Amino acid sequence: MKVAVITFPGSNCDQDCVRSVELAGGSPSYVWHRETSLGDADAVIVPGGFAHGDYLRPGGIARFSPIMDAVIDFGRDGGLIVGICNGFQVLCEAGMLPGALLRNRSLRFQSHDCHLRVERSGTPFTADYARGQVIRMPLSHADGNYYADPGTLAGLEADGRVLFRYCDARGNVTHEANPNGSLNNIAGIVNARGNILGMMPHPDRAIEDILGSVDGLPLFRSLLAADVAVGAGTREVA
Amino acid sequence: MSRFTVEVLVTPRPGLLDPQGKAIHHALASLGYDTIEDVRVGKAIYLEVAAGSPAEATERVEEACRKLLANPVTEDFRVTAATEGAETATEGTDPAPAAAAGGVR
Repeated sequence: MKVAVITFPGSNCDQDCVRSVELAGGSPSYVWHRETSLGDADAVIVPGGFAHGDYLRPGGIARFSPIMDAVIDFGRDGGLIVGICNGFQVLCEAGMLPGALLRNRSLRFQSHDCHLRVERSGTPFTADYARGQVIRMPLSHADGNYYADPGTLAGLEADGRVLFRYCDARGNVTHEANPNGSLNNIAGIVNARGNILGMMPHPDRAIEDILGSVDGLPLFRSLLAADVAVGAGTREVA
Repeated sequence: MSRFTVEVLVTPRPGLLDPQGKAIHHALASLGYDTIEDVRVGKAIYLEVAAGSPAEATERVEEACRKLLANPVTEDFRVTAATEGAETATEGTDPAPAAAAGGVR
């Protein structure tokens, strides 16, 4: 499976994502933000970092990079897209995911491991996890405080579109385990169609033992196994 | 065509948690400013716009606000109308500060 990893000026996790795809058995390639085509990619990753210096708002300017038209079309056609950290912010700014990521409640840049509860299995992003599984990976952001208006939030919950929630080591979703003030401890969501994932924590930084956790690898394995061909329309996304 | 200075104020939506405003409010309270009851922090953006009229300049900037300058999910914006500046403003000189001539939003 070919996976396009977008590189914006200021992206700093594109190499981590390429490495993740390689370790999971896929074929990654870098796509510079000034490109206008994703080529024959089967999936897209929008990596973490500080695209365009986070000026104005995180993701606010990246959303208008030339490649984004192709990314938006790809998502509209049902292609699988993962936005991690700054990538999540970019996808929200582009209107591909609902809500926004506000400044952390603490006003501090948070950089530490966190625990996540997998809220749903059987999606193109979580097939290799069990529902309710507690996983551990780093987070690293100043603006990860997920916000959506009450109606949007209720819809996300009702439709089971929250895939990951901040929790403690035993899987309890508590105020103390919430690193940034996100509503309902939300760490990762999908769009209504289920083919676009955004998450603040870094599965790409939890892919081999030397990093202290391998809990991110199943996400990439799930993605590669999902293999939803864009435009083929032969397989419905969960 | 004239040149107009347009001021855009981008502010967090009322009711939305504004941790920066909260922190500043606490600092002010600790300095004894106990009559300051609330603080909210936004940002000001100044644009130099070539347009036929202040209304036209304002309209262009409002469109830019909806597209880029403000996040419609979390922020409000106010475009304070343009002040007519010299058509041939020299580079390097500061444009006249925007005099409020009827805020629009």
